[in-house]
Amino acid sequence: MIGTMTTAIEMAYWQQTILRSVGVLLAVLLPAGTLVYVFLFKMMSFMQSRLGPMEAGPYGSMQLLAEVGKWIQKEDIVPWRADRRLFAIAPYVVVLSVFLILAGVPFGPDAWFVNLDVGIFYILAVSSISVLGILIAGWSSANKYSLLGGLRAAGQLIAYELPMVLAVVGVVIQAGTLNMQGIVAAQHDGEIFGWGGIGNPFILTQIVGFFIFLVAVQAELTQTPFDMPVAESELVSGYMTEYSGMRFLLFFIAEFASAGAFAAVAATLFLGGWALPGVDLDADVMNVLGPVVLLVKIMIVSFLVFWVRFTYPRFREDQLQQLAWKFLIPLSLVNILATMALKVAW
Amino acid sequence: MAKIPAPKVPGLVKGLGITLKTMGRTMFPARGIKTFIPAPSQGAATVQYPHEKETPAPRSRGVIALKEDNCTVCMLCARSCPDWCIYIEGHKETAPPRRPGGKPRTVNKLDRFDIDYALCMYCGICVEVCPFDALFWSPEYEYSELRLADLLHDKERLGEWMQAVPDFEPYEAGSEQKVRKVPR
Repeated sequence: MIGTMTTAIEMAYWQQTILRSVGVLLAVLLPAGTLVYVFLFKMMSFMQSRLGPMEAGPYGSMQLLAEVGKWIQKEDIVPWRADRRLFAIAPYVVVLSVFLILAGVPFGPDAWFVNLDVGIFYILAVSSISVLGILIAGWSSANKYSLLGGLRAAGQLIAYELPMVLAVVGVVIQAGTLNMQGIVAAQHDGEIFGWGGIGNPFILTQIVGFFIFLVAVQAELTQTPFDMPVAESELVSGYMTEYSGMRFLLFFIAEFASAGAFAAVAATLFLGGWALPGVDLDADVMNVLGPVVLLVKIMIVSFLVFWVRFTYPRFREDQLQQLAWKFLIPLSLVNILATMALKVAW
Repeated sequence: MAKIPAPKVPGLVKGLGITLKTMGRTMFPARGIKTFIPAPSQGAATVQYPHEKETPAPRSRGVIALKEDNCTVCMLCARSCPDWCIYIEGHKETAPPRRPGGKPRTVNKLDRFDIDYALCMYCGICVEVCPFDALFWSPEYEYSELRLADLLHDKERLGEWMQAVPDFEPYEAGSEQKVRKVPR
């Protein structure tokens, strides 16, 4: 959309900027709201044999508006000893990282925000910015629980960043490009032993990488089996302890928006992205269909993420680190070696 | 012939299966043709409380009810209450003699019997200790108030709850004891 518009209609830089901002805002908030309602409110409830919110709107569909309205009303409390300026910007840093991730994800042949040659590298790089926000939040709160939560988050995110990057390397080797559009094209034009009916989504060849990526995403999102940073039975709610009202809402949005963003990245890397098998990659119709296809894939991936989240109990801190360093990283290295060997042999 | 043990499903996978199965049962509780029509409000184990109400178990400890006529102001319940949430006041009255020509009796009349449900911890010691069958467990549960102080319920309110007190369970077969009656 944005790509076409800039070529079809001459637009001033500020007009493009506004269009892009609105686009990213939509791309962040819509999936986040959908994920919260569909998975957090409804799927979790059904998995626990209950109905979830039912009062606001039909089947509780307006519950999100009610929650946001409630949070906006609340007092914005800042602890007396807190580092006020850092305390205030921390949630924005976390949200910023989500916006930056989504900026790099393509939604169609011309529907992208930025089309970088080093697309996936950029996405993995900016996804670590959220760690900074979390550390800032933990440090500036002047609260021991917040600080511990922030440190745990930092340790965890650093540990799981590695397997995540290494899992992506397999895909990059196979696609032969770092560009997100290139990766989508490689999957769309690929063939499974000479049969090109559905292209070659990398989940088939990189199933190990997909598994590692999902586990790492789970940890990056601090979703339940890896929710040591917010472990409410130990740390109240970790780095978010002192946050209230609007700033807490920002953390909350960031949590689910980044779930959506990482699901979009995983869908692009492993499930073929916005491409529809049988439809030409450059077809204009894909600019409209592409986002829909990608949204469906986002829902599939985030279903896996939330299914795991609502099933498993929390890892202990040492088990969590062991899983990353002793299991996932060696496994992903083996995966890279195997991919390399097969790529050369083919 | 030795039986080949079925391959063990890892616990992690089993757990995922359980949550998925529960979701399926909640969303699609019907069987037969209607299987694919989602009906979560029938499948859920919970009840949408203000709209529909569950009947509590007959002997559930909802609230403590008082049979005022049976109370003799002996204060046993007030003294045994662990958090002293029962307030009793009474006075003596002379009552006419039981048989003609007898001496007039003195009886204790209850002026005030309040239980502060903000303090009560539902231990049931007062019910156990009452020797005159004046206190009972009632399954009534809808007595929340907007103000904390309003949770102090008086003897009229406690008396209303007597309506819901269930009969005593029959004793086991061969018991010499007669089943007590609830004085409603």
